[in-house]
Amino acid sequence: MAIAVEFQDVVKRFPGAGYNALDHVNLKIEEGELLTILGTSGCGKTTLIKLINRIHEADEGNIYLSGTNIKDIEPITLRRGIGYVIQQIGLFPHMTIYDNIATVPRILKWDKDKINQRVTELLEMVNLPPEEFKDRYPGQLSGGQQQRIGLIRALAANPKIMLLDEPFGAIDAINRSNLQDELLKIHRQSRKTFVFVTHDITEAMKLGTKVLIMDQGKIQQYGTPGEIIEKPANAFVESLISSGHVDTNYVRNGEGI
Amino acid sequence: MIAYFLKYYDRLFLALLEHVEIVLFTLVISILLASVITILIYRNETLGNLIVQIFGAVYSIPSLALFALLIPITGLGEKTAILVLVLYNQFLLIRNFLAGLENVNPSIVEAAYGMGMSNIQVLTKIQIPLAAPLIIAGIRLSTISTIGIATIAATINAGGLGNLLFDGMRTMNTYKILWGTIFCAVIAFLADDALKRIEDFIQKKVGVKK
Ligand SMILES: Nc1ncnc2c1ncn2[C@@H]1O[C@H](COP(=O)(O)OP(=O)(O)O)[C@@H](O)[C@H]1O
Ligand SMILES: [Mg+2]
Repeated sequence: MAIAVEFQDVVKRFPGAGYNALDHVNLKIEEGELLTILGTSGCGKTTLIKLINRIHEADEGNIYLSGTNIKDIEPITLRRGIGYVIQQIGLFPHMTIYDNIATVPRILKWDKDKINQRVTELLEMVNLPPEEFKDRYPGQLSGGQQQRIGLIRALAANPKIMLLDEPFGAIDAINRSNLQDELLKIHRQSRKTFVFVTHDITEAMKLGTKVLIMDQGKIQQYGTPGEIIEKPANAFVESLISSGHVDTNYVRNGEGI
Repeated sequence: MIAYFLKYYDRLFLALLEHVEIVLFTLVISILLASVITILIYRNETLGNLIVQIFGAVYSIPSLALFALLIPITGLGEKTAILVLVLYNQFLLIRNFLAGLENVNPSIVEAAYGMGMSNIQVLTKIQIPLAAPLIIAGIRLSTISTIGIATIAATINAGGLGNLLFDGMRTMNTYKILWGTIFCAVIAFLADDALKRIEDFIQKKVGVKK
């Protein structure tokens, strides 16, 4: 299976910090996986994904996207090919839902009909009737609806990779569960590579075809949800799992990507 | 008083016209200059603060003193008056422009960069529209301030409504002073009202006000 993202001995240190936010990370993410990155606050999850779209730059090591070193790609070009969803959603409040979703396709100069078609298809995918929603402003939507728009806005230009940083973290439990189901559906249909950051063990196990567990900027374990539950690599992973009351019925397993 | 108006209305309106001309020239130049300076410094907070402080210091110099300082360099007349007014406005405008840009929710800006927008695209499509209410508020403030301070420009032969005020004071002509004041107040009120409407409209548009 082709490698979508590869980290080779990556170190990231923020100015003034006495430690590495990411400490010699080596990682291969296969195409089509939904990788969940799990760890406590401050362990370097956000830093890891922001290195992929060059919001941060690595201090040491290299990162490859489908075999190309990302240092050789203009950050702007790189980002237009990567979907990015953040917890605060970041919808543009002065633009309609339509204009929000059309942002990257317009930057990429798609023609009008194609954009129209794409926006309609995306809104339908997350069960928001296009006629009802496309002319609304973000402020007129609920939190869950806004995050659906955040998600499809990131998908709009068909990126090969999606980066999601605790996208459902601020959403109530029932809505979160629905959003997780929709995300699973989108992943199964699109077969894009997803990198999904969370600090919620249940969420990580439910969504991930692979799970990466981190602590203090270091990888603790990398495997399928089943492997991690059955064979925790160390005491940290073991305590993390036992703290999380993971319902094994909801563990994503054996989907054979 | 009405009789005075009927007799001298042509002079009154001439003064008004001169005044409006000085104010408009000043505002156009001020806004262009402040925009350029803002765009050059908005990404560097320390530099931004420094520039605002410098123009803050300029703003605190009394206008007569500033005229006196500049007359040896730029002479008497409209040019010097406009130069001084432009300098004053930089403080009000740049301070508000920067505050507007800084007030834009950082996660919105991050999302914009994360989607692959260039600096210019983020500035023009996201930051400026969302900063518009504060940008207009700054323009409103500087418009009122310019209409007021421009009266002092009469002391250096720049003309305008200040002529009526100063002539009136010299000759003890109350009507002249009153008409000068009324005209000044009326254009300040009209300009403020128009800009307030624009401000409200933009606030609604960018969703600050519902
Ligand atoms: N822009 C930054 N400047 C300085 N330190 C930072 C910055 N971003 C993150 N850090 C530090 O790097 C570490 C990892 O942060 P982060 O990747 O945001 O963690 P997580 O997303 O897992 O909560 C933390 O110790 C954090 O304080
Ligand atoms: Mg984080």
